[in-house]
Amino acid sequence: MKAATVNESALIARILAGETQLFHGLIRPYERLLYVTIFAILKNETEAEDGAQETMISAFRNLKSFRGEAKFSTWLVTIAMNEARKRLRKAKTSAEDSLDEPREESEGDYSPVVLTDWREVPLAALERKELREKLRDAVAMLPEKYREVFVLRDIEELNQEETAAALGINVTLVKVRLHRARMMLQKMLVPYLKTQAPPRAGLFRRWFS
Amino acid sequence: MKLECKQVWEHISGYLDKQLDPELLAAVERHLETCEVCSAILDSTRNLLVLTADDRTYELPVGYSERLHGRLAEVISSLKE
Repeated sequence: MKAATVNESALIARILAGETQLFHGLIRPYERLLYVTIFAILKNETEAEDGAQETMISAFRNLKSFRGEAKFSTWLVTIAMNEARKRLRKAKTSAEDSLDEPREESEGDYSPVVLTDWREVPLAALERKELREKLRDAVAMLPEKYREVFVLRDIEELNQEETAAALGINVTLVKVRLHRARMMLQKMLVPYLKTQAPPRAGLFRRWFS
Repeated sequence: MKLECKQVWEHISGYLDKQLDPELLAAVERHLETCEVCSAILDSTRNLLVLTADDRTYELPVGYSERLHGRLAEVISSLKE
């Protein structure tokens, strides 16, 4: 067991024993995770902030039901995801986005888009605010089941097993949905992602390690 | 094993996540060495993921943390009453 996990379990035990103030410290490393998970799903700042607060309070009130089989972060993300879903249901009008949602079992067109222009430098592109805005928009446009997997795997960087556990689906489905989500995003964003040379190694957490 | 472009596209995620078995990985890499189109698709997808993981893409609102802990403090003190 990692040191962080040990400290976390000890902290949780003390909170449950009555030192409720310690919950501030328990939640601090996950503040960003709470907000970003809900924001990426809803793309609304007010809803995301309210949702993050509700998630935190729900976690505080239900802390004794956290058994420690899952990681605390995964447990928290499950609550955040449920909060996001609840708010999404509320926000949704009669127009269901599932109407144009591709069926899981159908082949569908997930072909990526072929690039024709090679000029743009990737890191310069990444500096561009508009590109980040385009990405947030594109994520928010993904059909819900693909968006959820993308948010947990590629934004929150949960692993496949944690993502599967948080969403209550199996790992194979996580892989399938993640691939499709990425290909849909690639298709939506390729006009802004005209790139070739790999960026500097070590700059980003996961992709160049 | 020789792969067509369309088959390579199916494995882009698996490739980026380093989940391809050795035989498939070798076939995908052989294809990428000579196919500019698939290499470009791979690069653009990777760039998309780099951008996604960049903390500046999803930023926290100013004062978010203070409000969060303020709310928690309220809940904690209401329990004690």
